Amino acid sequence: MFPIFLSVLLLISLFITLVPKSFYSKLFTKNPLFDSIIGAVAGSVSTGNPITSYIIGGELQKAGIGLIAVVSFILSWVTVGIIQLPAECYFLGKRFGIARNILSFLFAIMVSILLVLTLKVI
Amino acid sequence: MKKKRGGIIFLLVTLITYIILLFFNRGIALDALGYFSHIFVRVFYVLLIVFLFMFFINLFLKPKTVLKYLGKGSGMRGWIIAIISGIISMGSIYLWYPLLKELREKGMKKGLIATFLYNRAVKVPLLPIMIYYFGWLFALFLTIYMVIFSVFMGIIMDRIS
Repeated sequence: MFPIFLSVLLLISLFITLVPKSFYSKLFTKNPLFDSIIGAVAGSVSTGNPITSYIIGGELQKAGIGLIAVVSFILSWVTVGIIQLPAECYFLGKRFGIARNILSFLFAIMVSILLVLTLKVI
Repeated sequence: MKKKRGGIIFLLVTLITYIILLFFNRGIALDALGYFSHIFVRVFYVLLIVFLFMFFINLFLKPKTVLKYLGKGSGMRGWIIAIISGIISMGSIYLWYPLLKELREKGMKKGLIATFLYNRAVKVPLLPIMIYYFGWLFALFLTIYMVIFSVFMGIIMDRIS
């Protein structure tokens, strides 16, 4: 597991160095719904240990990405699995796999908005 | 063994990328390495705690242990155990699919399976790193929302699948 963390840290460092901060402000609009959808899409097509998503999410937030996008990214990273979908459908049924992933995607957006609103109120 | 090799290959490919970059754009490579050393020092001690937690959970929680408590007729206890075991379950999801299939064939509700899978997003051993990056309030409320939404997920999945 340790080589993977080293690789992730090295790659995220490279990504943050290469991508100018102005890129994030172009990609993320500060519209909660739109930003959470982008975050959820990015998380859905990624896979790996949740800790990797925390590190990537945390570092991207420090680089200027909004919390809503980061939360939906982290949530969909684990709960939505496009890459694992064939295996999930094989073991648990096609209907189950597809329905669960669609619901998880929608929930990632809802929870991210709710969580950020809650943290703002507190 | 295959997984370990995969990690080392991933690291080697990353290092080769850096070496190539050092030749073509030394400035960017050095900036990225500087950023890396900065993150690594910050995250290293938190990662040590995380690895320790993971080691002990892997030692004590095996998929077969869960099988005993999530079978047919588990009722309210089943929901609670699906939530808790989802949170504390470790390892690749591919290790859990065959067990979940076995549980399903033994009568576990699909809703409980969905609840279990949804709670895998919150990992107790990884909380130190989440708290480090986002704060304890974030970790607390995220966990609460995840648990609530995992029950919604279970109820909906029971009805539609």
